[in-house]
Amino acid sequence: MLTTIIRKNSYQDSITLMLLTNSIAEMEGINKVSIMMGTPANKDILAASGLGTPELEQAGANDIAIVMDIVNEDMTSEVLANVNTFLARQGEQASTQTEQTVRSWEQAFDSAPNANLVLVSIPGRYVELEAARALDEGKHVFIFSDNVPLEAEVRLKEQAAAAGLLVMGPDCGTALIGGVPLAFANVVPRGTIGIVGASGTGIQEVSCQIARLGAGVSHAIGTGGRDISQAVGASTMKMAIAALEADRDTDCILIVSKPPAPAVKAELLALLRASSKPVVVHFLGATVTTHEPGLYFAHTLEEAAQLAVALSKGEEPAVTHYAPEVLACVAAEGVRDDAAASAKTALARERGILGLYTGGTLAGEAAVMLETALGTVGDHSSHTDGFMLNRDGHVIIDLGDDVYTQGKPHPMIAPQNRVEFIRGIADDATVGVVLLDFVLGFGAHDDMAGETIPALREVRKQAAATGRDLRFVATICGTEGDPQGIAAQKRALEEAGVLVALSNASAVATALALIGLELRYEDCVVEAAAVAASAEVPANRTSSATIPAVAQPVRQLLDEGPRIINVGLRSFTRPLAERGIEHIQFDWQPLAGGDVRLQQVLAFLNRYTSEAEARS
Amino acid sequence: MTNEFKTIDEANQAVIAKVLAATPFLMDVVPAKSVIELLDGKKVLLHAGPPIRWEKMTNPMQGSCVGAVLFEGWAADEDSARDLLESGEVAFEPCHHVGAVGPMGGITSANMPVLVVLNKTDGNYAYCTMNEGIGAVLRFGAYHEGVIERLRWMRDVLAPVLSKVLRGIDGGLNVNVLVTKAIAMGDEFHQRNIAASMCFLKEIAPLLVCADIPAGQLREVMRFLADTDQFFLNIMMAAAKAVMDAARTIQAGTIVTAMTRNGENFGIRISGMGDTWFTAPVNTPDGLYFTGYSSADANPDMGDSAITETFGVGGMAMIAAPAVTRFVGSGGFGDALATSNEMKDICIARNPGFPVPTWDFQGICLGIDARKVVASRITPVINTGIAHKQAGIGQIGAGTVHPPVECFDKAVCAYAEQLGFEG
Repeated sequence: MLTTIIRKNSYQDSITLMLLTNSIAEMEGINKVSIMMGTPANKDILAASGLGTPELEQAGANDIAIVMDIVNEDMTSEVLANVNTFLARQGEQASTQTEQTVRSWEQAFDSAPNANLVLVSIPGRYVELEAARALDEGKHVFIFSDNVPLEAEVRLKEQAAAAGLLVMGPDCGTALIGGVPLAFANVVPRGTIGIVGASGTGIQEVSCQIARLGAGVSHAIGTGGRDISQAVGASTMKMAIAALEADRDTDCILIVSKPPAPAVKAELLALLRASSKPVVVHFLGATVTTHEPGLYFAHTLEEAAQLAVALSKGEEPAVTHYAPEVLACVAAEGVRDDAAASAKTALARERGILGLYTGGTLAGEAAVMLETALGTVGDHSSHTDGFMLNRDGHVIIDLGDDVYTQGKPHPMIAPQNRVEFIRGIADDATVGVVLLDFVLGFGAHDDMAGETIPALREVRKQAAATGRDLRFVATICGTEGDPQGIAAQKRALEEAGVLVALSNASAVATALALIGLELRYEDCVVEAAAVAASAEVPANRTSSATIPAVAQPVRQLLDEGPRIINVGLRSFTRPLAERGIEHIQFDWQPLAGGDVRLQQVLAFLNRYTSEAEARS
Repeated sequence: MTNEFKTIDEANQAVIAKVLAATPFLMDVVPAKSVIELLDGKKVLLHAGPPIRWEKMTNPMQGSCVGAVLFEGWAADEDSARDLLESGEVAFEPCHHVGAVGPMGGITSANMPVLVVLNKTDGNYAYCTMNEGIGAVLRFGAYHEGVIERLRWMRDVLAPVLSKVLRGIDGGLNVNVLVTKAIAMGDEFHQRNIAASMCFLKEIAPLLVCADIPAGQLREVMRFLADTDQFFLNIMMAAAKAVMDAARTIQAGTIVTAMTRNGENFGIRISGMGDTWFTAPVNTPDGLYFTGYSSADANPDMGDSAITETFGVGGMAMIAAPAVTRFVGSGGFGDALATSNEMKDICIARNPGFPVPTWDFQGICLGIDARKVVASRITPVINTGIAHKQAGIGQIGAGTVHPPVECFDKAVCAYAEQLGFEG
């Protein structure tokens, strides 16, 4: 049945009334509805669409005419109520988007003229062009993307060095600039330890350990894993060392990376020896036997943090003896001699350690520590299928390896893949201890412990049913300031019967103790490096090298903090928004949608100069 | 590209300099045939968009043709009008080819009155038919007796009256002034022209009442102008055409000088490629529909009115018209702001002659660079009316539409090839 309601002398514009019509049309029991001002032209339109009524003739140009085909007349008041509500609430529908989003460099530079850092997370093959564009504009660049060709990295870093700009990355997972977390980063208090790292989770672990020990970080500068290769020559790391040397907020410098190429390593050490500030170096997997005056080498990420914290407080660190902590409850069990014997045999039945890691550097550290305990440290320069270690029944897997992340999110973001691995343990009687890492911070999963615990309980129950004493040891890489909160994650894991260590080194030492192995490091001695004897070195220095002056733009970045153009993954703006850090989002797309011919055409047109110009 | 310019950027600057310098004036309203020679004494109809044949026209454009044939008296009824049109006896030509533009179907015939706009800077003219109002109108394909009757009245009463008044204004009516005023009053000149239409009426009303016009006619004309909110749209179109045609005299660079649609294809021109059309199949607009209609009833995009966006108003200046912002996105002011900001990405400058208060007084977009469209895949946003796909039903909604990006790809590739690109 057709019903007409006329609201006398109440004008709304036609767009409002069309939106209102759409809204009312969604009500149950309405076959058809139209709401218009009662102008002669509109009345014709209503009639043409089958909604002409005698009452409609009463409507004037300033009256709202509601004509509807409804199932029963009782609806009239309900419709009127909805009409009134809609009209009253129009303003509430306005979008509340506050974060500025752009789709081009021009607009990005236009909207954020003061930006000093561009954060890039786009497919690797497009990175060079876009990063070069940012460098052209005098912006520092943080490249989260991987799969950037090595030659591109070399070119970008040459361009950056010439302009006094930093390129962090490619494949740079994290950084803290002036307390601002970039990409995957933990919330760490500001302090006086400056970190330079060629490893993402390495930086995360040392900075969390620093926080746990009550100290803080001035800046953590990521370089990307290939920076220390022969080809790149530690371009970024050298600039970062110069920056921290000059930085007034930094009292102590901490370097964390895989062992650099030999020539690069020599150069870096010469540079670090020339530093006026105490320096701690941790080259993952390198054997440590000596320290030098003012230059300390750490066995583990945790020890690196311990050394740096002591040095930053002006204390002389306890350097001669290092032993990662075995959790008290396990230490109390004591080492069983019979167990120790069996763990070292070719197949440690029911005594094998299985490490399922999401953080590559943490997995690498676990592998090296295990090997150290077993007697020999192998070559860790390459790994197949993410196996950091597979020896004598002990296995350490990096689930963040490309093999496991093809077409899947990284295990720090999505727990499912590791949960599958955990479920598999039920059928593997060789496993005695499961070693797990939980990496917190921005970018990481909101509740990794909660997602993992059901599988842990299930597997342990199944193991117990067959008489196995399966143990779980976890390390949490995080701080209480992280969105997930370290205390909550720790409590949840402990309630599930997991032994929780607050450093990776401690977790590994605890796992080793559970199978009766003890980790012993040789005591270190402090002695000046051989180069110190050289005649070229001034008496008051231990190095022939000089740390270069910090480039002005780098000094400004550290002093003023980052103001960011985020190119790619939108989630990276979350910590920035929460901290009120100046930033804009650039929703990047490949030039010309990735069409190669169009890209060539554009390049041709952009370079084109007429013959008149060519002649002149 | 002539050797006059060293680079494409330099050529593009020359093109937009023409736009900036343009001074369009509304001079007169005259029979189309008196200014468009092609129409004089021949069975020719002008249409919107790039060239199209009768068989390819959508139903509303064909309906407009039937209406025009009836109006011109070339046939006595619909059937014989259709026979005539199908026989090939009536020739078709794009409005754009004769210095004209036409809304929706854009069908323009010899005796229809057209607005005459003179760009005094370059001395070139442009023409557009007058707005007929809303409802059943020729531009949306309606052709029943009432529609033809209104066209006759526009020819016999409205046009002579306006002509008399406009000729009385020394040097004509300055269009830029009206645009500058109305943009500050919330018009974007495609979806919304109510402020400009009132400003126009404000200018001519005193002249109308003083002119020697029969009282009955005066009443009818005043009534019609007061009722026709979109009257200024057609003035804006003619002015934009006059401006962009002057810019087209610079035959170099990659600035878009025309955008138009015929229901089959979207066509663009760029400065460096002169009169060549680069076309691709049109999209169907997105928008809000009058009751009883949906996107299933919508005719594919048509009309020369996208000349307004080419000039920098319409969808390109969405933020200027808060009242119509809800045609875009989810509908808030923020969406309109985002849309307008995005349009800056494909333009090379802003036109300070037309500052937009709601945009912090930034000028409207100036100079759509086809290279930027190709690179970013951001296409201009065009505000538009939506026609029913059946002739005669008329407008069924309004919304926005984008040109297919392929038009820009083709134009940029053709220009590169002309300059010697091989690949």
